[in-house]
Amino acid sequence: MSTINYSEKIPNNVNLGEDRTLQRALEGWQPNFINWWDDVGPEGSTNHDVYLRTAVSVDPQGWAQFGHVKMRDYRWGIFLNPGDANREVHFGDHKGEKVWQDVPGEHRANLRRIIVTQGDTEPASVEQQRHLGLTAPSMYDLRNLFQINVEEGRHLWAMVYLLQKHFGRDGREEADALLQRTSGDANNPRILGAFNEKTPDWLAFFMFTYFTDRDGKFQLAALAESAFDPLARTTKFMLTEEAHHMFVGESGVSRVIARTAQVMNELKTDDAQKIRAAGCIDLGTIQRYLNFHYSVTIDLFGADQSSNAAIFYSSGLKGRYEEGKRDDDHVLKGQTYKVLEVKEGQLVEKDVPMLNALNEVLRDDFIKDSVSGVGRWNKVLEKAGIPTRLSVPHKAFNRQIGALAGIKMSPEGRVVSEVEWAAKRDEWLPSSEDFAFVASLMGRVIEPGKFAGWIAPPVMGINRQPVDFEYVRFG
Amino acid sequence: MDMVVEAGVIKQHLIDPEICIRCNTCEATCPVNAITHDDNNYVVRADVCNGCMACISPCPTGSIDNWRTMPLVRAYTIEEQLTWEELPAELSPEELEAAGVSGASAEAAEAPAQTQAQAAAEATEPVFNSAQYGASVPPWSAAHAYTNLFPPKTPTTATVVGNFNCTEAGFDSETHHVVLDFGVVPFPVLEGQSIGIVPPGVDAIGKRHHARQYSVASPRNGERPGYNNVSLTVKRVTEDHEGDPVRGVCSNYVCDLKVGDTVQVVGPFGSSFLMPNHPKSHIVMICTGTGSAPMRAMTEWRRRLRKSGKFEGGKLMLFFGARTQQELPYFGPLQSLPKDFIDINFAFSRTAGQPKRYVQDLMRERAADLAALLKDGASHFYVCGLKSMEEGVVLALRDVAKEAGLDWDTVGAGLKREGRLHLETY
Ligand SMILES: Cc1cc2nc3c(=O)[nH]c(=O)nc-3n(C[C@H](O)[C@H](O)[C@H](O)COP(=O)(O)OP(=O)(O)OC[C@H]3O[C@@H](n4cnc5c(N)ncnc54)[C@H](O)[C@@H]3O)c2cc1C
Ligand code: SF4
Ligand code: SF4
Repeated sequence: MSTINYSEKIPNNVNLGEDRTLQRALEGWQPNFINWWDDVGPEGSTNHDVYLRTAVSVDPQGWAQFGHVKMRDYRWGIFLNPGDANREVHFGDHKGEKVWQDVPGEHRANLRRIIVTQGDTEPASVEQQRHLGLTAPSMYDLRNLFQINVEEGRHLWAMVYLLQKHFGRDGREEADALLQRTSGDANNPRILGAFNEKTPDWLAFFMFTYFTDRDGKFQLAALAESAFDPLARTTKFMLTEEAHHMFVGESGVSRVIARTAQVMNELKTDDAQKIRAAGCIDLGTIQRYLNFHYSVTIDLFGADQSSNAAIFYSSGLKGRYEEGKRDDDHVLKGQTYKVLEVKEGQLVEKDVPMLNALNEVLRDDFIKDSVSGVGRWNKVLEKAGIPTRLSVPHKAFNRQIGALAGIKMSPEGRVVSEVEWAAKRDEWLPSSEDFAFVASLMGRVIEPGKFAGWIAPPVMGINRQPVDFEYVRFG
Repeated sequence: MDMVVEAGVIKQHLIDPEICIRCNTCEATCPVNAITHDDNNYVVRADVCNGCMACISPCPTGSIDNWRTMPLVRAYTIEEQLTWEELPAELSPEELEAAGVSGASAEAAEAPAQTQAQAAAEATEPVFNSAQYGASVPPWSAAHAYTNLFPPKTPTTATVVGNFNCTEAGFDSETHHVVLDFGVVPFPVLEGQSIGIVPPGVDAIGKRHHARQYSVASPRNGERPGYNNVSLTVKRVTEDHEGDPVRGVCSNYVCDLKVGDTVQVVGPFGSSFLMPNHPKSHIVMICTGTGSAPMRAMTEWRRRLRKSGKFEGGKLMLFFGARTQQELPYFGPLQSLPKDFIDINFAFSRTAGQPKRYVQDLMRERAADLAALLKDGASHFYVCGLKSMEEGVVLALRDVAKEAGLDWDTVGAGLKREGRLHLETY
């Protein structure tokens, strides 16, 4: 099941043609999707031919095919990784049983909720990024933005397929609702907080793709372990696409840092105002953006203690990150995990049952992964001979969810008073002045090979094309 | 292709730790599990990577497309690579010399493994890159292929039901025709696909041997029609690419199997090197040595179809190279196929008293017929065998096209886009 059938209206490798009911349901949904794309997809991009990566099959030769395509004509469709006939549930209470090809009745509500929540994030980020094309710092970056947009669109398809195929009428209703909610809408917002935040500028976009798409990686990786095999295979394939999004974030921030470091060395200064005057983003602002996106994103993993997380795991719906590579019993009963709480003005650790702490486990895996990437950004500074280092704030900083919600905390992890918080807030999180400054730098640069002054060119082009390749042809 | 080894030099595959974002795509993609990681780096095992390039285009950063000429004995270990913060520079000619590597052999290692990126970066003039013309899509009329039913982590078992020498007995480079039966285990394959065999035991560092790939030599309905079996064409590796004696782990294991033995199999692999099904399509097959396996499969399937009256004039043309006639697998059976069924051209590079002839020489001799086929949208070209033949063959096709007044860029791009030129070299 690897080559994707493009002759059908909806490209797929799941023999859609053999399931007429489902095919009709999806064909009914498709025009609404296109309308949604036209309404809130990338602004002013309809006539561009974009150098996009498209999957023609799900094996390595096929899933990364490049060519100029109009985004509207991108092959949005349904691609599942090849299955393994012998796959078994490898964690939780059903360990050792055959994986499920259909949704077991008792897990229906939970699985639907998981899929809807994941599905809701995909169109949300397209909506959040809608205006960014108008201020792209280069044609190369514009292309990367668009690649992310179409893949988020396809990820929505992936979740809608699962809903419509496996959840009957409820599933169809949920699929419709995914196109009705809108990011930031006061009356009908997206489900998760971070997906209603604005992505006002490209620094925010890079931070978002670095941190928040990495949340996507960890959530998808946990779902790729699922006993519900269609979900596991779908998310496995989504993961291969998600990697590009994180690349855009990591290399984007890295290029901003590289450019700032270069100007700091040229001007021999670390004075933020001088650096700003030279048209670059000072390291303090970068650190504040980092603090904001990091803290908002780690909230996405949910409460630090959650009985839902325990149920999802024990019933085999959602595993841990790299479940197969861990060498414990994969049942986790009677084990404990340390979570943070505040007692008498002090942060303390306490042991809670591991199963209830699985959100925290996933959050900690995410943190480890994020931190090592921040280390790679610091290498850029190190190489440029600049002593400043970036760091992620404390896990309890600026949290809105779980036991740490609302606690006032400095980035270093010191509990602070309301007064101190109010006084220091703008040192720790981006201020309206920071946003205004970064916004002032955003102007559109789209000549091949040219870059805005606040960002360095990439080390290499996409798919071994030169950096000044015509990634977007404006129609 | 196997990691290129020439006079103790390899072109080692490395990941640039400064650009890699540790996204795991390569590790999830690599068919032979050559990639591993720790909290710090992603790294490639030099002794496992076979340079198949499957990881190159899925990598979102390009960091995985790095190659260094290294004396084999000094190849970077994974332990070393895991500590890197940046990629080491190429060894200088002096360092290579000091390690006993001559300039000429370093260049020899360079050529075959040169990747598109390097070619593009280093060349002032565009370098001819044969791989760029190979299709990644199957012909439109190909049957549907299943892949990875048994991934490397969960092999299945097959029983050996036949094993005999299909070259002339007594030659070092003997090649075996091996038949494996899957019993009731589903293992559907098409002509052009390959399977992996996992040799028993562990390698020098105590790790389970990785699987070696072999092309299926039998047609889709089985070596014995109606049975769940496949055949392979396996050449015993008794010397390495430099000509020094070695004992290839898997090929010797397979060639020595007895009827009744069981083997661990992974796969099937491949979803584009597939034959067209429509009855008027032409197939041009160009191969050396065991590259004949998929060609035998396609020829045999056409022969079976023809016998049952299902064929309408699709042409078969074969260019087959070996050092000597004695080394040609299936030489006898090929000779007895009717001339109006298949147009066979043999090239021998080491026949005593005769000039060396390679498949590309034969192709140039048959330029008129090939040009006609290049002009016909129903023609499909398949190239399989040793890596070193690939460029020469595609260059020969290009020259044939040019001489016939065709624009190669158009023809080549069309062949690729339409899934009509397939390259599988190792
Ligand atoms: C897609 C694909 C299809 C393939 N199909 C076939 C097939 O149909 N029939 C077939 O026989 N092989 C085929 N091969 C090659 C096969 O997978 C093995 O590489 C080969 O059998 C050698 O494995 P080994 O374990 O015996 O040698 P190893 O123990 O892996 O290698 C021993 C030494 O010999 C060198 N070496 C490896 N192969 C050769 C060679 N061919 N000539 C000289 N030196 C060599 C190695 O570099 C090493 O130094 C295919 C490879 C690929 C990638
Ligand atoms: S795919 Fe590329 S970027 Fe991702 S881990 Fe592998 S080498 Fe690094
Ligand atoms: S070239 Fe092939 S074998 Fe080597 S690491 Fe990449 S995918 Fe694996």
